[in-house]
Amino acid sequence: MRNPLRNAILALAFLAAPAVHAAGGGLPGEWQKWQPGNEINNIASLQRGAGHFMGYCAGCHSLKYVRYSRLAADLKIPEAQLESTLLPPGAKKGDYVITALAAADGEAWFGKTPPDLSLITRAKGSDHVYRFLKTFYVDDKTVNGTNNLALPGTAMPHVLSALQGAQALKTVKKDGHEHFEGFEQLEPGQLTAAQYDEFVRDTVNFLEYAGEPAKAKRMSLGVWVILFLLMFTAFAYLLKKEYWRDVK
Amino acid sequence: MAASPDTAAKGGFRAWLNKRLPVDEFVQSQLTGYFAPKNFNLWYFFGALSLMVFVIQILSGIFLTMHYKPSELMAFDSVEYIMREVEWGWLIRYMHSTGASFFFIVVYLHMFRALMYGSYRAPRELLWLLGMLLYLALMAEAFMGYVLPWGNMSYWGAQVIVNLFGTIPVIGPGIVEWIRGDYGIADSTLNRFFALHVIAVPFAIAFLILMHLVALRQTGSNNPDGIEIKAKLGADGKPVDGIPFHPYYTVKDLVGVGVFLLFFCGVIFFVPTFGGLFLEKPNFEPANALSTPEHIAPVWYFTAFYAMLRAVPDQQMGALLMLLAIVVLFFLPWLDRSPVKSIRYKGWMSKVALALFVVAFIVLSYLGLQPADGVYVILARIFTAIYFAYFILMPWYTRAEKTKAAPERVTYHA
Amino acid sequence: MSDPVTTPPVSTDEEVDTSRRKFLTAATAATGAVGAGFTLVPFIASWKPSERARALGAPLEIDVSKIEPGQMITQSWRKQPIYVVRRTPEAVAGLAQHDGGLKDPKSEASDQPTYAKNEQRSIKPEFLVLYAACTHLGCLPKQHFTQGDPTLGPDWPGGFFCPCHGSRFDLAGRVFNGSPASVNLRVPPYKFESDTMLVIGVDATAQGAA
Repeated sequence: MRNPLRNAILALAFLAAPAVHAAGGGLPGEWQKWQPGNEINNIASLQRGAGHFMGYCAGCHSLKYVRYSRLAADLKIPEAQLESTLLPPGAKKGDYVITALAAADGEAWFGKTPPDLSLITRAKGSDHVYRFLKTFYVDDKTVNGTNNLALPGTAMPHVLSALQGAQALKTVKKDGHEHFEGFEQLEPGQLTAAQYDEFVRDTVNFLEYAGEPAKAKRMSLGVWVILFLLMFTAFAYLLKKEYWRDVK
Repeated sequence: MAASPDTAAKGGFRAWLNKRLPVDEFVQSQLTGYFAPKNFNLWYFFGALSLMVFVIQILSGIFLTMHYKPSELMAFDSVEYIMREVEWGWLIRYMHSTGASFFFIVVYLHMFRALMYGSYRAPRELLWLLGMLLYLALMAEAFMGYVLPWGNMSYWGAQVIVNLFGTIPVIGPGIVEWIRGDYGIADSTLNRFFALHVIAVPFAIAFLILMHLVALRQTGSNNPDGIEIKAKLGADGKPVDGIPFHPYYTVKDLVGVGVFLLFFCGVIFFVPTFGGLFLEKPNFEPANALSTPEHIAPVWYFTAFYAMLRAVPDQQMGALLMLLAIVVLFFLPWLDRSPVKSIRYKGWMSKVALALFVVAFIVLSYLGLQPADGVYVILARIFTAIYFAYFILMPWYTRAEKTKAAPERVTYHA
Repeated sequence: MSDPVTTPPVSTDEEVDTSRRKFLTAATAATGAVGAGFTLVPFIASWKPSERARALGAPLEIDVSKIEPGQMITQSWRKQPIYVVRRTPEAVAGLAQHDGGLKDPKSEASDQPTYAKNEQRSIKPEFLVLYAACTHLGCLPKQHFTQGDPTLGPDWPGGFFCPCHGSRFDLAGRVFNGSPASVNLRVPPYKFESDTMLVIGVDATAQGAA
């Protein structure tokens, strides 16, 4: 989203497409504008995100269309590191990233099988995933004790609470409606607010990669294709002008 | 480059070939000897471009079928397999998905050109009708192709569109079941849509394109002035305002191709989903018979008709209105009673009517993407009325208005 | 517009700058041809083995300690059947006895990794690893390991017999005279990760994975 070239081409070439918004959560407020600002070419961020995914998400969620070997190749993770840090015991390099959690167990424990995350950023948008991971708050009315602004009533517990700490929701009444005002930190986590934000950004960035592994290649190749086509069009235009001098 | 008719007299392979296959004769009659009006403007690129998109779709489609699996269990996975594991599969798939939208873009612009310059008028009524049949075939092709990725929007789109046939009195429910081959959208539906999408409908489209071109060669092209260049022949018997299609329009169309490809590749490489318009978010979730996407809408090129469907509070009347919106286009050649063809020489009422019609189509397309409630439904009704008024009032306003005299010769400034 | 004279719309040939026209035609055609060439690449490349095919074709590990001496197992690697034979010491010793009856006893014209280009055609004399495709027309040669097998005559030293066209191979996959096949059975790349762990698909000398 932050690629300046892409923005420039967009601005020049296309009418702004009316965005078809995914449905947001219930409570209106500032949080609905939060964006992760993914950098699909930031390999270091993607590597950290892959580590976060394997450490915190892969226990319950799969990336059933992503192979470890492809991940290592695209994210420039050396083979030794892949085997020592990312590969679960017993998995082969060519395997897909499949969680050890059985679907039936997931349903029994959470009331819902944790979804596969291969396409989550494409289906919901990476903005949504980012907001989801940032807006867990303490809510005694739920089974988990936490709730979420982006996905109210989510079955997922706040698995990152050790990192983020616990936060409570602050709301304000405006025009007869509750509005999101901010969060109040109840307990500190292992990470500062800035570190946690970085952590979530890296994770979302990685999920965006997982949604479309060819994206970085697509963008970089596209520049050359456009330059080539400009050359072709220029020649064709001169040729047309030359021939059309005949036409009076 | 120019093939003269006497090349056959010369020796060599070309003579040998021409004795057996009339290559030179074809080139002579269809390209170098086909005289097109010299005053074509920007709007005359879109016919050739439609043909090019058709070729792109056939080529990319053939390669997609090599990896795609038309089965309920494997369709969605096989598309992701193409996107991730087949070398360059993502590019071929984006070509095809972007090509679908661009097909409609160029076809709509092509049709708008015909509305503007009266290209549907005598003697080109049949050309227009063949074009309309092409449009219908394209709609069928696009709809069935949209079902194939078996995403959740594919599934529910198929559900909604197929159920439209259920509004036919008496036989409707039976027809719906027959189309699906099951009691819901199922494997059988997917499999038959696949067969129609990759074989039957493309054949029909190719045949109709051929007929469309033959009819065009018979009448000759219209032009922005809406006058017949055949009416003014030179001493050599050729139209004085005509120029050989080749090389003049082949080189001109090359420029069009270049510009088109810039847009096309711009989308493929930088915004293949086009903000959810060309590839919709819910379609990245597999088909799920137990969960309807929150906002269900067809792809943008059908949303104008979808908005009309939803504007009517009665199911049968809505479907009928939607059908009429397309059928009425077939009658266009006989609704226009103006003494001139081109908008350039028609009166202000025709100009306003066409402008309103275009606005109505765009607004309806937008409304079809929005949730059907409140002010949106009211707006949809207003613009549906405008859409139909364009056609229904046409016999009146084209005769009532004061027109300018069309010129003797085409307008052209070198 | 108001010009009543019918002028020819197209120039006559004399007025045309043909060299510029030719140059631009060539430049546009050449650019177009290069573009078409580039466009072909993804389509042609899409036929290469996909990542799934390559993942399924990853090196294959076989525990050879489970094979009894004189027995053979068949495995599939990259959609091709592979024979792994555990030869008895007598069979290994017998390999030197019939060089005169072989077409290519030193495997000079045959296809095998360098580390298998020896009399036993293997890294370890005990274990023979072969592509199970007859070098004649690709049928699966059958195992006939017993010496003097009645169907193959009293002189048969034990080996493989291809039922399609009658090619005969010894217990090192070397082809006998009088067979339609002209070269020995091929040996796939393999290595021993440990004494008993055979890995097919990785060369014994290569560093790292294939």
